[in-house]
Amino acid sequence: MNAKEIVARCEHLFEDLDFGAVKAWKAAAPGRKAIGYMPIYVPREIVHAAGMLPVGIFGGGDQMEVIQGDAYYQSYICRIPRSTLELGLTGRLNVLDGMLFPSTCDVIRNLSGMWQILFKDKYVKYFDVPQNYDDAIGGNFYVHEMQTVREDLAKLAGKPITDDALRASIAVYNDNREAVRELYAYRAQKPWQAPTSEVYLVLRAGCVLPPEEHTALIRQYLVATDQEKRARRDNARVVLTGAFCEQPPLTLIKSIEMAGCYVVDDDLQLIQSWLLEEVPVTGDPLQELSKAFLHHSAQTSSKYDEHKADKGKYLLHQVKTRGAEGVVFAAPSFCDPALLERPMLQEVLAKHKIPYTAFKYAENTGQMAPIREQAGTFADSIKLWSAA
Amino acid sequence: MSIPAPMQAPQSAKKPQNVQKDDAMNLQKEMIAKNYHELAAAHTEGKKISATFVPGNLNELLMCFDFVRRLPETDALQNGMRKKSGKMIMDAERDGHSEDVCTYVKSDLGMMLQGETGPTGEAMPHPDVLLLSYTGCFTFMKWFELVRQKYDCETLMLHVPYQGDGRINPNMRDYVVKQIKDKIIPALERISGVKFDIDRLRQYMRESQKAEEDLVRVLQSAKHRPSPIDGYFGGVYYIGPIFTAFRGTPEATRFYQMLNAEVQERVRLGKGPMTPEGEMAEEKYRLVVEGPPNWTSFRDFWKMFYDEGAVVVASTYAKVGGVYDFGFRHDAERPLESMAEYCLGCYTNLNFPQRIDMICKYIEEYQADGLLINSIKSCNSFSAGQLLILREVEKRTGKPAAFIESDLVDPRYFSAANIKNRLESYFQMIKQKRTAAQSAVLGSAVH
Repeated sequence: MNAKEIVARCEHLFEDLDFGAVKAWKAAAPGRKAIGYMPIYVPREIVHAAGMLPVGIFGGGDQMEVIQGDAYYQSYICRIPRSTLELGLTGRLNVLDGMLFPSTCDVIRNLSGMWQILFKDKYVKYFDVPQNYDDAIGGNFYVHEMQTVREDLAKLAGKPITDDALRASIAVYNDNREAVRELYAYRAQKPWQAPTSEVYLVLRAGCVLPPEEHTALIRQYLVATDQEKRARRDNARVVLTGAFCEQPPLTLIKSIEMAGCYVVDDDLQLIQSWLLEEVPVTGDPLQELSKAFLHHSAQTSSKYDEHKADKGKYLLHQVKTRGAEGVVFAAPSFCDPALLERPMLQEVLAKHKIPYTAFKYAENTGQMAPIREQAGTFADSIKLWSAA
Repeated sequence: MSIPAPMQAPQSAKKPQNVQKDDAMNLQKEMIAKNYHELAAAHTEGKKISATFVPGNLNELLMCFDFVRRLPETDALQNGMRKKSGKMIMDAERDGHSEDVCTYVKSDLGMMLQGETGPTGEAMPHPDVLLLSYTGCFTFMKWFELVRQKYDCETLMLHVPYQGDGRINPNMRDYVVKQIKDKIIPALERISGVKFDIDRLRQYMRESQKAEEDLVRVLQSAKHRPSPIDGYFGGVYYIGPIFTAFRGTPEATRFYQMLNAEVQERVRLGKGPMTPEGEMAEEKYRLVVEGPPNWTSFRDFWKMFYDEGAVVVASTYAKVGGVYDFGFRHDAERPLESMAEYCLGCYTNLNFPQRIDMICKYIEEYQADGLLINSIKSCNSFSAGQLLILREVEKRTGKPAAFIESDLVDPRYFSAANIKNRLESYFQMIKQKRTAAQSAVLGSAVH
């Protein structure tokens, strides 16, 4: 397949709100189960080790009309819970045998309880991650949390999840994360060859494909896109941040690029690059996953920064290592974590004289002209400053 | 996230003359004022100041290290009641904070932008330690990170896991205990220079327990007809001391003894609740309320109820700093475990099925006519999903529920006319349902 065909396949997966790929995976062998998860992070290794398919649920996007979901939320709540409920209430998530709701914010947290009430026949788990990063304190708690999920899923699968199965799944996801790192590195090096509107779709495919297949797809894309001849533009190199949960519409990503920005790093599918280093496949697997979370994971606004000096470190690292010239803060409307974090990150950027711009979106934002204008002006100003 | 009450006389455009208060209310006012005074003088007297959030606060522990205790939600609501928060919020928004986020946070940040002056006009020195008791609200974490950014003071995280499965499991309790023991106590010793004494902690907890017993008696007095208290508007005054800087002090014990004596006397005399315009004459509607109140128009909001003869017999907000009416008490025999259970058990740390169960139980036990939800724009912890609570409670109890929207301390989000209209329609609906039920009973008696 050439790059265009790969991207077309990914776009089809992205647009398919009936989760045909998940249905097909389940139908391929009797007894297969799929477990949904919401952003930002869950250890998918445990689901995979249970022989199940982890399925990323990132809302309904801009193609779905939300009717029932709106009846559960006030106007000042973000859109992802309402479109996720819509997916559930219209039966589109019947393919899932359970849902994991990580500790991202109060809205996702409360959605876990709503799910327990509305979908009584499904497995539902609120998955807490530690905000204390000592192995003996937060680590212990986290290992227990993971062990609970392990036991729950084993019950659902009808067989125990062995340490060896977990180690094998860690290896599978290590490879997947390595492929994601390769993709990000390639994009940062040649953003004109790997536009973010394509990279994003390739990553989103990881929400519904088995990790092994997704890893192969990423590498296939990298080879295919490198063979394409694409024009290199004099765009501004930017990091896009704040979009870790409710996703912007694809047209918004395209608009930013069309306005003269190369997105050289982002947090759109943060789960796929959350663990920053390879997780050891020897030793106790849950302990290793815990250590990876506590000591080698990405920084984001739902995660506590122990020290003031830590604030913005990850973003600065992204800017520096990707050779970015500015930062675009793109946060969903009413997203408490992203919007409360933003002024602190902006202060850090200002201290380092890194330009930034900020706007809000919803997953169904339709008007792109203001965003295109803002991103275009930002790109122009970067070019003017760098020329000065 | 939200918090308890002030005893400060709010400044309303239509301020009634001679605001009526009972003795306990006046005492509470004095206590809150005294705490602000102590805060103002703390640094000049060589004392250290702690700041911590209301839900799951470790007041007894902080007292062991002689901290003067500041609670930023209380500051925000006090500023709200004094009509100061609107400008503070706008100042914070001008300073780069989004219009979408919690107005308690913006009110606090706006207060800092205006200089170090507290709600009472006295100095409000910066805290020496931020104890981030992260219970039931994600915004707390960002709030103290923002304050730390400004003041550069040490921040101690106490992560309290959420009751996602509707119970406290040993892993959750152990996690909180370990944090208190291995992280919080040593850090507080270092910052304060005071050595931890567990017997001192036990003594404070014994005092807490006494006050908790009396608070429960007060809150449960609303099961009587007429209810001698309002468990929401009046309730916020009652929870003030115990949810803030006073739990564990002999002062708080005395306050709750006095309050309980007053309330029991009202029960004996068959009196209704005290309102700012005197005793409520006739109890027409008994309600359960979910969600925090609006502070900027607190008095006007309350008036919409008592003018119609509506009394709130139970509220979830009165459990935001601790759910005592289902049995929890601070236990001096197992102090750290007990503190952990207290943190884990606060209302907004309960999952949805637990919250719905609690409301249904209140409707039944307090013989309420229905549920009113005051949905607060600022508070996703309370508000996200409240419309499901409304549906489920109606389904399970058969009692009518209503939904209004306002905000904690942002005056731009209090629309008096809309709220009044909705309340009047709601009271009408209760009346109709009652009449229909009575007709049905009469009808079946005739046949």
